[in-house]
Amino acid sequence: MSDIKADVKMKPVDAVIVGFGWTGAIMAKEMTEAGLNVVALERGEYRDTYPDGAYPKTLDELTYIQRSKLFQDMSKSTFTFRHSITGVAVPYRQIGAFKPGTGVGGAGLHWSGMHWRVLPEELQIRSHYERRYGKKFIPEGMTIQDFGVTYAELEPHFDFVEKVFGTSGQAYKVNGIVVGDGNVFEGDRSDNYALAPQKVPYTAELFRRAAKAVGYHPFVNASSNASGPYTNPYGCQMGPCNFCGFCSGYACYNYSKASPNVNIMPALRMVANFELRANCNVVRINLDGSKKRATGVTYINADGKAVEQPADLVIASAFAYNNAHLFLLSGIGKPYDPVSNEGVVGRNIAYQMMSTIQTFFKEDTNTNPFIGAGGTGVALDDWNGDNFDHGPLGFVGGSPAWCNPAGSKPISGIATPDGTPAWGSAWKKAVKKSYLNTVSFDCHGANMTYRDCYVDLDPTYTDKYGQQLLRFTFDWKENDIKMSRFVTDKMMKVAEAMNPESIKVSVKSVGDHLDLRNYQTTHWAGGTAMGADRKTSVVNRYLQSWDVHNVFAVGSSVFPVGIGYNPTGLACALTYWSAKAIREQYLKDPRPLVA
Amino acid sequence: MNNTFTHTAGALLLALASGAAWSTTAATVPNAQLIRQGEYLARAGDCIACHTAGTQGKPFAGGLGMETPIGKVYSTNITPDKKAGIGDWSFADFDKLMRTGVTKHGYTVYPAMPYPSYSRLSEADMQALYAYFMHGVKADPTPNKAADIPWPLSMRFPLTIWRWAFAPTPQPYKTPATGDAQLLRGAYLVQGLGHCGACHTARGVGMQEKSLTDEGNTTFLAGGGVIDGWSVPSLRNEHGGGLARWSAAEIAEFLKTGRNSHTASFGAMNDVVAHSMQHMTDGDLAAMAKYLKSLPPSNPATPAFVADDKLGKQLFSGIVNSKGAQLYLDRCAGCHRSDGKGYDKAFPALAGNAVLQTNDPTSAINIVLSGGAVPATRTAPSALTMAPYADIFNDEQTAQVVTFIQTSWGNRGTPVTAAQVAKVRKVSVPVQASQTEATFAAGRHGTFPSVARQPHLKDAPAK
Repeated sequence: MSDIKADVKMKPVDAVIVGFGWTGAIMAKEMTEAGLNVVALERGEYRDTYPDGAYPKTLDELTYIQRSKLFQDMSKSTFTFRHSITGVAVPYRQIGAFKPGTGVGGAGLHWSGMHWRVLPEELQIRSHYERRYGKKFIPEGMTIQDFGVTYAELEPHFDFVEKVFGTSGQAYKVNGIVVGDGNVFEGDRSDNYALAPQKVPYTAELFRRAAKAVGYHPFVNASSNASGPYTNPYGCQMGPCNFCGFCSGYACYNYSKASPNVNIMPALRMVANFELRANCNVVRINLDGSKKRATGVTYINADGKAVEQPADLVIASAFAYNNAHLFLLSGIGKPYDPVSNEGVVGRNIAYQMMSTIQTFFKEDTNTNPFIGAGGTGVALDDWNGDNFDHGPLGFVGGSPAWCNPAGSKPISGIATPDGTPAWGSAWKKAVKKSYLNTVSFDCHGANMTYRDCYVDLDPTYTDKYGQQLLRFTFDWKENDIKMSRFVTDKMMKVAEAMNPESIKVSVKSVGDHLDLRNYQTTHWAGGTAMGADRKTSVVNRYLQSWDVHNVFAVGSSVFPVGIGYNPTGLACALTYWSAKAIREQYLKDPRPLVA
Repeated sequence: MNNTFTHTAGALLLALASGAAWSTTAATVPNAQLIRQGEYLARAGDCIACHTAGTQGKPFAGGLGMETPIGKVYSTNITPDKKAGIGDWSFADFDKLMRTGVTKHGYTVYPAMPYPSYSRLSEADMQALYAYFMHGVKADPTPNKAADIPWPLSMRFPLTIWRWAFAPTPQPYKTPATGDAQLLRGAYLVQGLGHCGACHTARGVGMQEKSLTDEGNTTFLAGGGVIDGWSVPSLRNEHGGGLARWSAAEIAEFLKTGRNSHTASFGAMNDVVAHSMQHMTDGDLAAMAKYLKSLPPSNPATPAFVADDKLGKQLFSGIVNSKGAQLYLDRCAGCHRSDGKGYDKAFPALAGNAVLQTNDPTSAINIVLSGGAVPATRTAPSALTMAPYADIFNDEQTAQVVTFIQTSWGNRGTPVTAAQVAKVRKVSVPVQASQTEATFAAGRHGTFPSVARQPHLKDAPAK
């Protein structure tokens, strides 16, 4: 629990929003439309397309990728990690496996733009697997559960998110009718995407042909890098992506990558009932004497002063795991204890499985890897979710696979075939050959949740405000590694069909531990899981705290399982879903919305 | 009886001496409708732009510095503060200043105040403006700043002479009995509160606008030379830099949002759009646009822009025939395209752009050096920004790339020299971020009431 006391008390507002990334900006837009006075608090600095993403300064891999300029400063606050309950957690001191965002726009300013919904059955993962494979299929200790909301309920919100983001893609079915060459496995849609799909670079086209040749169902994946000039429902404008290749980790100079800064903030600027305070780090949600009602938040401002902001409604929209951290420090909900298997805050922590296949071709193939954008590519869902028979396989979950040419990053390293020395003239020769003649693709896997993968407050380490750091107890489990190896094996057929000179595979083996040094995506989920049962969830299906009814948590922190896709589309659709419930049900009569 | 009469007379004299206007004594505050009408007209006149000291200044409290040929002058406090502002001005005082430029204290204001345009206002509109400034604006005690003009240049009487010689006789606009009502409304707004001619009409030897209406001349709004490093274009319905290629609807759209499918606003026009034009009704914007489209060319011999796609096709296939073309392809085509067509209202077209059809490349050079941003408005809130190239191109390179865009795709602009670039570089200022931390601060100006989105969400189908 946090015991920092405020020196200053601000005038009360109707709603205070903690963390100003995508979900915070969506909530701010929704709540201001409802007529509320809204204050958003962001721990990081103010950021915007101009000047933080200005051309040509932003085209700088050293500054933005190696030196992580836009990411969290790990010296001010970090996390501790241990693989198991018996271990001792130590701090994550250098950005490696995951890259925590910060600042106005959050990681939404510099994400990649891979835009997905969710496979409908993933929202009912437990009941679906039990129905299809029997009650014994999901092993003991795998704590996956249904979200408590259906795809049909979320569909209009998935659609609206795509319209706000200017998502470029091709639908397969709209209102049950096939309209184009889209993903045959996707859930039904009420409308096509906002924009036509992005063009496909050569690497992804080679992948597509090979995938089709082996009988899979490749499609151009949806991308929130705009394929054309666009004006969204809020009047905010985007310019068309020119595939510069400086995407994930950078602020886009071209207004082409959807971000809170481009797609929502200009509209919020125009309304008097919205205020944004940057450099304000919330340390606690304050509760009244009954502990059933929040009175607002306490934050540390840019001058280091502790400030109290009273509010009638508190939205926790800090990134993923940070929501769990905030709830733990605030005493909202019972902290999860893996030993007794009681409590809820901190349970159901999930990450993302990943494997990579690299194919190396002869000279003059000219794959031009410098051409790319974060969301561009060709994907296939044949081995995602439950799109294949898991019965004989003995694992839960699957992986979408894709060739996602996002632009090469030469300092980060150029792929070379197996057997290439790590340095010297032979290495240089291989790099010269490989650079223009490589195609790389990934299997981006789901990650189940487990009884012994969770977060809590670290007993030893504190941040710069003296608050306990969030401690991760997490490791890879056999289920997910088996799944990853299975899908990787299936995707090898595509690699072989591409007819390369050599193939290099990077996949985990059973027994491999989480290695925080190697980049693995930042798709952490869970910690304030949603659900129908308050014994196994922190928030109800409207993302409202079971314990404190004027606190809502939004973001991937509410996922009770790690989905196969990137989480942004689902996290944002759930936010609009929650906002609708607040606007239509909660504000008229503030109360617990689920009995 | 005698005492009462004396007291009453005394009170009367006192009232007269203090300048209180009979028509609006303190006992009767004008109705809210009149004040709102005055607020709208003050928007049309863009009073706030000059009478507020930048984004941090209090509205209408004055203090904005403006360079004149004889030194810097500062705008005055026009809030109803009785000591520092115009709170003790009668309607007659206000009316006299607005129409003749002569203040309550008897001296003439500098012609930075466009009273020659404002003289055209109707009596009713003047009353509404007065009501707004007396009752709709917050009083502010900031005292007026003295001009930075050395004596003897600071003496006021030359302004009186200027006024006799060059200012028009005040005459409110007389609406003819018959005529296109929309056209007449447009003329009234453009010639009066819009004071477009203050920038867009060329000035004579005494720095007076060469014409204040379109009657009997083609100089009105035919372009106004260079101000602050920006060339001021023609607003007449003509080619060679005018609005011939724009429809009335596109003109109205530009005024309201700072962007249309032909171009993007830049320079001083951004403030006009953000503080003034975006607040006009769509009817008034349509009227102004219609009026501008009715102004015949001052240059009837100037040919129209004719699109030529040959060069665009060459560039697209990698055929590059000049240094300027190579610079353009490397640094500009990503947004403006090899065919110069840009991307609708996101990145402006260069092919056919009116800015690039004249023999004055000042604006084109300035934009390349300083960058630019469209103004954020209520209906078009994205302040899309192009970064400066001053540190990327030297004078010679700037001249090459600007020559390229002036003369490509059918554009009829003239080539540019490094010397011309060097001159503009001296006055160019790098574009500033327009969406900043301050634009989300509590109590900021320029906000609008929040509007709930029309519910679009269909009810989820029953499952």
